Amino acid sequence: MGLTTPLATGSASTRDGQSPVVEIDDVSLAFETADGVVQALSHVSLSIRQGEFVSLIGPSGCGKTTLLRVIADLETATDGHVAVNGVSPEQARRSRHYGYVFQAPALYPWRTVGRNIALPLEIMGVAKGERAARVKAGLGLVNLDGFENKFPWQLSGGMQQRASIARALSFDPDLLLMDEPFGALDEIVRDKLNAQLLDLWRRTGKTVVFVTHSIPEAVFLSTRIVVMSPRPGRVHDIVDCDLDRGRTLDIRETPAFLAVAHRVREGLRAGHSYVD
Amino acid sequence: MSTEAQPLQTAGRGGRRSPVPSLTVARLVGGHAIPVLVVVGCILALWYAAAVGMNADLQRDAFSNAGTRYTARDFMLGTWSQERPRLPAPHQIAAEIGKTVFGLPATSKRSLLFHARVTLEATLFGFVLGSLFGFVLSLLVVHVPSLDRGMMPWIVASQTVPVVALAPMIVVLLNQVAVTGLLPKAIIAAYLSFFPVTVGMVKGLRSAEPLQHDLLRTYSASTAQTLVKLRLPASRPMLFASLKVGVAASLVGTIVAEVTKSEDGGLGARLLAGSYYGQTIQIWAALLVAAVCGAVLVGLVGAVERGLSARGGGR
Repeated sequence: MGLTTPLATGSASTRDGQSPVVEIDDVSLAFETADGVVQALSHVSLSIRQGEFVSLIGPSGCGKTTLLRVIADLETATDGHVAVNGVSPEQARRSRHYGYVFQAPALYPWRTVGRNIALPLEIMGVAKGERAARVKAGLGLVNLDGFENKFPWQLSGGMQQRASIARALSFDPDLLLMDEPFGALDEIVRDKLNAQLLDLWRRTGKTVVFVTHSIPEAVFLSTRIVVMSPRPGRVHDIVDCDLDRGRTLDIRETPAFLAVAHRVREGLRAGHSYVD
Repeated sequence: MSTEAQPLQTAGRGGRRSPVPSLTVARLVGGHAIPVLVVVGCILALWYAAAVGMNADLQRDAFSNAGTRYTARDFMLGTWSQERPRLPAPHQIAAEIGKTVFGLPATSKRSLLFHARVTLEATLFGFVLGSLFGFVLSLLVVHVPSLDRGMMPWIVASQTVPVVALAPMIVVLLNQVAVTGLLPKAIIAAYLSFFPVTVGMVKGLRSAEPLQHDLLRTYSASTAQTLVKLRLPASRPMLFASLKVGVAASLVGTIVAEVTKSEDGGLGARLLAGSYYGQTIQIWAALLVAAVCGAVLVGLVGAVERGLSARGGGR
């Protein structure tokens, strides 16, 4: 394990990985749509400990994004129990326990990159001088030094998504929720950002929940991979992925990596074999 | 400027070639001037032709009453210089504008500048009132769900009442409660201008994407913060579009009000007096000045918008 100085932040209940950061217990969620009720999640249970990097992987419609949104209190479970840092998702959201990175960068086009990163700080009432310092640190964290006064449209897609990660980290939440953040990027940029994200996770010791539909991405980044299957969305398998945390992109050629990837692929296949 | 450099210059500007004699003309060719001038020329030609046709009856009567013999040329020139033509020729209107705008002191009751000022005062006052009212209404509609369903039909219904019918009633009613002068006209202007602002701003305040709202929700932002940080900035294009419509509607409202309440003057009063005495040239001159006022007002709103977006670094 590369991380030698765990950050002493967050609520006491999450220290030492004793009690889980995210506790999902038998959660179900049904959407009312025009075509009737859609069961998005069915009896999902999952426990995420501090400092873990957990990926949710599955085909579209398996409820992985919905599950992340339930943790973030952007959706409410119809059944079951969810706790984030020992409190309800709503309380966790109100006390700003997590940072959320969306599929699209969702930068506000009328704000510069710097002011986009400062947005959560403005809302949380952080003083101006402190804001400037945190924006600078955030830009450095995602290698965007010098882009503070550019507008989002002047940045490439990869840079925009990096800016959105800096925005999510600007108020230093312990928990980072990421919903296919690199899904819209090309593979080369994606590889680079994956390496940077892994490095960032190692340095900060955050807990990350990461939604993806890419097997290599999930295996490369995660300490655990939750394989989900669709209709109704449920957890099919949970794969431990205890590769060396100092891993680089080269690790993807190793037998250990391929073995995990194989198991994830098998899980995905078994989960919706009727599609073939 | 030398004419020798001219062929190079023309080629450099959009590559349009034309045998132009000077650099100034070359510059006009490069821009939009030529298409605009061609359109204006066509309109003027049609106008003069229409004036001959529209005023032909009057001209024939005039000549036959006087017993003069006339050529086709006399006839045509006659139709363009009548005192009370059905359709005045452009140069007659231009002469009238020249006389009443530049030929008289701006304080004279016969000066179009005086009347334009009276109209613009009520227009701007009404526009400010209407825009503020429209903006407040849009805030209520966006933030109070029951008002969205309960109020929008009334707002829409308010605009289906013809303002020509409503204006005299408002003037009379306000007169009863001793509200006179600028205010009744401004209220009628506001009545027309609040509507586009309300409709536009309701749309504008709702124009932010769901993802941008989700983002603020993850920060647990308050309603006021969502308004200031997201809804208002996102509504800016709609704001200026609806302000442009609003300011034009405000001008229309003021002129309609002035037809009813003509004692204070104004372009509407000029229109009324012109039609009362059959002074078609005067009517057209007032119409044209009103059109110029409208264009200037809309242009000013546009200039404010451009000024703001230059500062905000928008695309």
